[in-house]
Amino acid sequence: MNLEIIINSIPALLDGAMLTIEITVISVALGLVCSVPLALARVSRNPLLWGPAYGFIFFFRGTPLLVQIFLIYYGSGQFVDALKSAGLWVFFREAYFCALLTLTLNTAAYTAEILRGAIMAVPKGEIEAARACGMSQALLYRRIILPKAFRLALPAYGNEVVFLFQATSLVSIITLMDLTGVARVLVARSFAIYELYITAAAIYLVITYGILFVFKKIEFRMMGHLRQRPDGEAAVAAGTKPTGIGLR
Amino acid sequence: MLWEGLQVTLAVGVCAMVLALALGLLGAWGKLSRNRWAKGVAGTYTTIIRGVPELILILLVYYGTPTLIQNTLEGFGIDIIIDINPFLAGFITIGFIYGAFATEVFRGAFLALDRGQIEAARAIGMNRILVFRRVMLPQVWRFALPGLGNVWMVLIKATALISVIQLPELLRNSDIAARAVREPFTFYFAASLIYLSITIVSMLAQQVAERRANRGIVRA
Repeated sequence: MNLEIIINSIPALLDGAMLTIEITVISVALGLVCSVPLALARVSRNPLLWGPAYGFIFFFRGTPLLVQIFLIYYGSGQFVDALKSAGLWVFFREAYFCALLTLTLNTAAYTAEILRGAIMAVPKGEIEAARACGMSQALLYRRIILPKAFRLALPAYGNEVVFLFQATSLVSIITLMDLTGVARVLVARSFAIYELYITAAAIYLVITYGILFVFKKIEFRMMGHLRQRPDGEAAVAAGTKPTGIGLR
Repeated sequence: MLWEGLQVTLAVGVCAMVLALALGLLGAWGKLSRNRWAKGVAGTYTTIIRGVPELILILLVYYGTPTLIQNTLEGFGIDIIIDINPFLAGFITIGFIYGAFATEVFRGAFLALDRGQIEAARAIGMNRILVFRRVMLPQVWRFALPGLGNVWMVLIKATALISVIQLPELLRNSDIAARAVREPFTFYFAASLIYLSITIVSMLAQQVAERRANRGIVRA
């Protein structure tokens, strides 16, 4: 272990981490926006809607992310002429754009599947009650189903964001200088293999648990109405031992 | 060429899965044991593995381990050069990573066991190993199957990452072919369809296995 190499590499690695975070934030945001209509199409009864949505989700969840990245980044090279005439080649030429596009589509598919599960888990009674009040289908989704589904999906969505954050390390393979990319270049230059990779791993670890902490906080706030009040009632509940964890 | 790649991918996947299952059982035992050390080691293992990207771990094991061994041996005055076989490095790293996920699956399954049954088995004089084999394992297997199916499907996709260390698996071979023929889209798309069919076959196999494991169980 060479401490000097580690300390000297930290500024460069943190620069890389900034790109990693940037890519994560942009693709998470765009992916979330795309995932809502995708999930709605997936739960629809119209085969023209759920068919394509099902195919899209199945493809992106069933193939490795690295293959998807290669497919879009290198694969687009096969259609240079068509893309040039459409004026899109300036985008597909850039590794940055291809990485964002792939990660966005990928997380949109995973998020849509999480949302679908959450939409299906909305209690029947609530939907029936809303219908009985005379809500239209659109109002029902906007006021009852989607808010409830978002809350149900939150824990799984937190995991998805963490997975996407870690998956961004793959963009280093198509030459982007994210945290992993910087670490690889520094290793090639200095041969300090485990010093640099372990430092990079530690940065990933810290950010990962940072993300999980933030989601815990959000969950705590959004579940406020279900929390036990810190009065006598809660104390009684806390006094009764939960069963089934005897092994611990 | 893609066919050869597929065989390597499946071989790496199966080897890694076996390792992951072994580590998962061991890890779950550690997490649930009263031994503070076993608990600490298992906890650290799952925390670190789940917080670090697979790619970093693969690079660390493939490039880092030989250097580590060489440097250590150099300290003893032995000068050798070690080259790790990419197949070995690949399946050990992937198995090691997904062992952490399998640990969580097995932990959940052990916690889902009915305590009364274990006490009853102990009461009729079965020893610990017999209880584990006859009462716990068959049920843990049933509870853990859905989770383990997921681990397998994520694991087989993760094997694509080993192409980075030049192992001629499915993605690496498609890459070589794509460069030779200059039709990248065609070959990567073919590769993705092969991965997709592995997923489909795995899903069907999982359904069959679950039905088999759940025979004789009344559905609520």
